[in-house]
Amino acid sequence: MSMSETTMPGRTYSAARPRATLQRRKRSLKHSKWPVLLLFLPPALMLFTVLVILPMGEAAWYSFYNWNGYGLPEQWVGWRNYQLIFRNGAFSQALINNGMIVVASILIQIPLALWLATMISSRIHGALFFRLIFFLPYVLADVAAGMIWRFVYDGDFGLVGGIAHLFGAEPPYWLADRDTAMYAILGVVIWKYFGFHMMLFIAGLQAIDKSVLEAADIDGATGFQKFRLVTLPLLGSTVRLSVFFAVVGSLQLFDMIMPLTGGGPSNSTQTMVTFLYNFGVTRMQVGFGSAVGVVLFVICVTLAFSYKRIFMRHD
Amino acid sequence: MTDIATSQPIDAATAPGSGRRLRTATQIYMYVALILVAVIVVVPLISTALGGFKTLSDLRGNPFGMPTEWQWSNYGDIIVSQRYWLQMGNSLVIAVLTVFLTLAFGAMAAFCFAHIRFFGSDYLLNYFLIGLMFPAATAILPLYIRIRDLGLVDTYWGVVLPQVAFGTGMSIMLFRNYFRNLPSELFDAAFVDGCGYMRFFWHVTLPLSRPIIATVGIISFVGSWNSYILPLIMLNSESRYPWPLGIMIYRGEFNTEWQLVLAFITLTILPTIIVFFLAQKHIIAGLTAGAVKS
Repeated sequence: MSMSETTMPGRTYSAARPRATLQRRKRSLKHSKWPVLLLFLPPALMLFTVLVILPMGEAAWYSFYNWNGYGLPEQWVGWRNYQLIFRNGAFSQALINNGMIVVASILIQIPLALWLATMISSRIHGALFFRLIFFLPYVLADVAAGMIWRFVYDGDFGLVGGIAHLFGAEPPYWLADRDTAMYAILGVVIWKYFGFHMMLFIAGLQAIDKSVLEAADIDGATGFQKFRLVTLPLLGSTVRLSVFFAVVGSLQLFDMIMPLTGGGPSNSTQTMVTFLYNFGVTRMQVGFGSAVGVVLFVICVTLAFSYKRIFMRHD
Repeated sequence: MTDIATSQPIDAATAPGSGRRLRTATQIYMYVALILVAVIVVVPLISTALGGFKTLSDLRGNPFGMPTEWQWSNYGDIIVSQRYWLQMGNSLVIAVLTVFLTLAFGAMAAFCFAHIRFFGSDYLLNYFLIGLMFPAATAILPLYIRIRDLGLVDTYWGVVLPQVAFGTGMSIMLFRNYFRNLPSELFDAAFVDGCGYMRFFWHVTLPLSRPIIATVGIISFVGSWNSYILPLIMLNSESRYPWPLGIMIYRGEFNTEWQLVLAFITLTILPTIIVFFLAQKHIIAGLTAGAVKS
């Protein structure tokens, strides 16, 4: 357009037409911009502000009070709620447990998911079927998964009890023992979520350029060498994403714990959110519960920001 | 999204490592591993379904095998009970309302962010994206007090509105990215023809956005259908409980009769499993791609 204008000054007609169009478009933009903004933005904006942002701000405010939720918060206690949180043994246990979930995910779940993904992505019959089965636990509700595994772990009526019976051993009660309960829960977390991580890796594997692997083939690389030296480095961004989801998921874990143990025995399986529920919500300790919420918020935001900054800046 | 949706892992042409034919030994090892994992995934589910057909004493001696005597009444009594259908209905109403509002509000706001530059638009978008960073549980107590003060405790809206609010970040993000990738010639052409924003949204953008509507819809439906903590806190009457709360109540009531609890669990997860098998391609793609992109 501008070319024809500068090189052929005589031909103004063809150049003028787009300009007129542009002006008309600008005018029509100016006229119709505000009605659409005023109609389309407020529903989301109001709902989000009133039910997400304001409550978060209020949590920060309430966290300095001792309050049962009725009337107005009046009993100012300063930082005492926060001091109580960090002195609470159950809260430290919850922090440790959240960390354990992330560690188990990195050490067991993600390698498992990657291993299965490489097998399913290779030419193998029934890949679609296995993919379907492995993803199934992910679509089930956490509550249902927790309840199913409560049955599995049951010493009297469940599968674990049945296996012990088969070997003539005393049935174990893993969920009732504070030394084993958290490991039992880690098993359920992996059972429920490995399929999701596997799908991430399958997508990641499909994005890898086939010719790189063919080049490795020509150079005589073995299957394992190809995996370690070619596939794995190229999957870096998927691995980082997968770990990110494991961290986020761990910080939200609540629904699955409730039917399994409810945070017990003696607080050995609390997570941050079950702690918030058991110590803040059920006792209607609004101040204390809000303070837990603020701590959880700070942890979530700090982790999300620093993880993205440190590990995912190139992705 | 499409790369996952259209993926065929058995397609040798696109699969990595396809340069060489797999040796039989490798294949056997692969099948053994895959079948082993599949068994671990499926056995708890099948035992749950079979356990629902047993008597309690049968369950005690024989948690794995077939029922000695099929107790159809375990399932029959639940199927004809009002509570089961009521809970399914509650879950469905809450999920449908949540999906509809999440789609409508998200698509409308995302349309503004995708096509219109206005004062502070970048800041406003980032404001919405804050919502992606923390779970609803963090502010659950102030949220409860707000819902209570609005008079919405123990109503469907008390669950639906917070779910929509916490879904807007995801919804806006996915819709905006999709809208921006629609060919801009469409937009120019429509404006030359004197089409306004709203008609453009309704007649051009939305009809072209079926895939992303499906993705956002699936994510918010599954999230709502499975949700537990919000209904737990916002609802008091059992007549309004969705099924995940219903399972917990049922288990509390019949805690000495595992076989009934197992039948109840099986019937409540049955719709999910059926829908998953019918629409697996879309569900897997929606849940995976949605997570990756937001």
